Amino acid sequence: MKTTARALLGASVMLALTGAAFAETTITVATVNNGDMVRMQGLMDDFYAKNPDIKVEWVTLEENILRQNVTADIATGGGQYDVVTIGTYEAPIWAKQGWLEGLNDLPADYDIDDLLPAIRGGLSVDGTLYASPFYGESSFVNYRMDLAEKAGITIPDAPTWDDIKAAAAAMTDAEAGIYGICLRGKAGWGENMAFLTSMANSYGARWFDENWVPQFDSPEWKAVLTDYVEMLTKYGPPGASNNGYNENLTLSLQGKCAMRMDATVSAGGLTDPAQSEFADKVGFALAPDMGLGKRANWLWAWSLAIPASSDAKDASKAFINWATNKDYLALVASKEGWRNAPPGTRTSLYANPEYAALPFAKMTIDSINAADPTNPTVKPVPYVGVQFAAIPEFAGLATSVGEIFSAALAGQKSVDDALAEAQALSVAEMTSAGYIK
Amino acid sequence: MARTVTPRRKLYFTLAAWTVALLIFFPVFWTILTSFKTEVSAVASPPQLFTADWTLENYAEVWSRSDYPRFFWNSVVISVGSTLLGLLIAIPAAWSMAFVPGNRTKDLLMWMLSTKMMPAAAVLIPMYLIFQKTGLFDTRIGLVLALMLMNLPVIVWMLYTYFKEIPGEILEAARMDGASLRNEIIYVLTPMAIPGIASTMLLNIILAWNEAFWTITLTTVDAAPLSAFIASFSAPQGLFYAKLSAASTMAIAPILILGWFSQKQLVRGLTFGAVK
Repeated sequence: MKTTARALLGASVMLALTGAAFAETTITVATVNNGDMVRMQGLMDDFYAKNPDIKVEWVTLEENILRQNVTADIATGGGQYDVVTIGTYEAPIWAKQGWLEGLNDLPADYDIDDLLPAIRGGLSVDGTLYASPFYGESSFVNYRMDLAEKAGITIPDAPTWDDIKAAAAAMTDAEAGIYGICLRGKAGWGENMAFLTSMANSYGARWFDENWVPQFDSPEWKAVLTDYVEMLTKYGPPGASNNGYNENLTLSLQGKCAMRMDATVSAGGLTDPAQSEFADKVGFALAPDMGLGKRANWLWAWSLAIPASSDAKDASKAFINWATNKDYLALVASKEGWRNAPPGTRTSLYANPEYAALPFAKMTIDSINAADPTNPTVKPVPYVGVQFAAIPEFAGLATSVGEIFSAALAGQKSVDDALAEAQALSVAEMTSAGYIK
Repeated sequence: MARTVTPRRKLYFTLAAWTVALLIFFPVFWTILTSFKTEVSAVASPPQLFTADWTLENYAEVWSRSDYPRFFWNSVVISVGSTLLGLLIAIPAAWSMAFVPGNRTKDLLMWMLSTKMMPAAAVLIPMYLIFQKTGLFDTRIGLVLALMLMNLPVIVWMLYTYFKEIPGEILEAARMDGASLRNEIIYVLTPMAIPGIASTMLLNIILAWNEAFWTITLTTVDAAPLSAFIASFSAPQGLFYAKLSAASTMAIAPILILGWFSQKQLVRGLTFGAVK
């Protein structure tokens, strides 16, 4: 009897220990719906093979809904999400609020020093990395080389705004449905204002001076908005004020944009024969400048971060290490080719000869390296961020200003009126937020 | 004196009705068509109504990428549950307002309706905190309660309007025959108001099924209904319109079918008492 009891006790202890060893931790990952994230969800077998004790639940949401839900959860310490997808705008703001877990203690094979310095800088506060980049992007010019040749022009690898204006004029053939230049016109802080803020940086304009006073009444901003409206009115597609990233990408895939300035991340699709019949005719150039030392390119990285309220931080770190490791890039390449590897995060990717041979690789890394979020403008500014100012008020303010500028593009108001309205609105907002005393 | 309707007049009315119906249905029709297109033809410029390369690929991918049955079941539980719970509370409330009104009944009704005028986002943080602290976050019972509360004013108002059409003398007669209050409501009032109750129920199931703000905000994984399913295929950047359309079609199909089969009931209930 005693022997049986002991055997049963022993078996129970063994069972309990085995159970403990295989205790499954479930983490909830909140993410956006884009091609790279969808691809990652298809490669989860590799993660489960390496981490059999972690289960991942995905919550995929549209970007703005994700931002709203994650903000509400983190601000209230809800702990619903263990890993969240955030951008370079949120990372420094949330880290300063103490909402994010530091990631400097990821395992050695994560190789933190391999991250591109500009991207790492944008996701760090006081030397601590708070979000691990999943893919990074800048912006550059893509154009149809056949149309440039037909028009008898050459677009330099590092063009000026005058080069871009001349090329747009030369390649426009509205009757044939070819538009010289496609730029973002749809209102939004991540749409037209991402482009216009980057353009402003190259023109020597800035959102705020060192005392947070808005600068839309400066001659630099007038030059920016005048040239932008003129270029799109003369050489852009009809209804340009409604076109965002998606619309302009579609026009480019169909060959209707002779030239477009937008995210480097779209290069893979533009050079993919399955998506565009003009894939072998696409050329790339750096975003233009005015000779003032700053180019009109932005910097963005979708990144994975752990809210401080997560109760599964170790499992979350294991997931982030897998999803943003060098090995993950190799995994994607082995399944779908190097063209589909998430770009713009690691130095080693661009040192890889196979990746470097892709037509957009060099221009992408050069564009990312040309962006400096800590020193984004010609004149000094009190904020961090290239196409945004990393303060909580920026998203709302820039969206309102974006609506004003989009109306100017649509011809509903003059450039002068739009700038005056933007200035008044920004001064009121910054005053009520306490930046202007 | 009866008004004569000439054939010409009838033709105009028919044409106008068809035009309005087609205008309302067109976005749904467009979504369904887009769900069978490739991603490239879905965003063709200028837009094309029809395409040469129809495909079922979007449905296959949407099905494989997400747990549709779980989202569907959550939608069923949340919409039906919140409606039934709402009716349970609203029928006695509407009875009292219609048949034994007090001095403040009208004010009370207006106050109830005024809660619908408040934008949902205004109470986002309190609701979020309450749901988190009470453990209702990401639970079906939590959403049943939230949507019931949200739709209760509409349910009470609709039932109140229907009950007002029922002669109070009939209920009085039942009372004189010795019917208790419970029996009066269950055996006398409810059978007479069945068309109104049915249409209220159907309309509220539709409202709850389509609700997207709270159902997305107050859920993550376990209780997420079809509104969250659609949102998971929405992307401001990237060419996923065809898959989004397939997800939308899969989400609206059940409620469209329900609406189609119950339209006679719905129309009868909605026009109940409108023409005397």
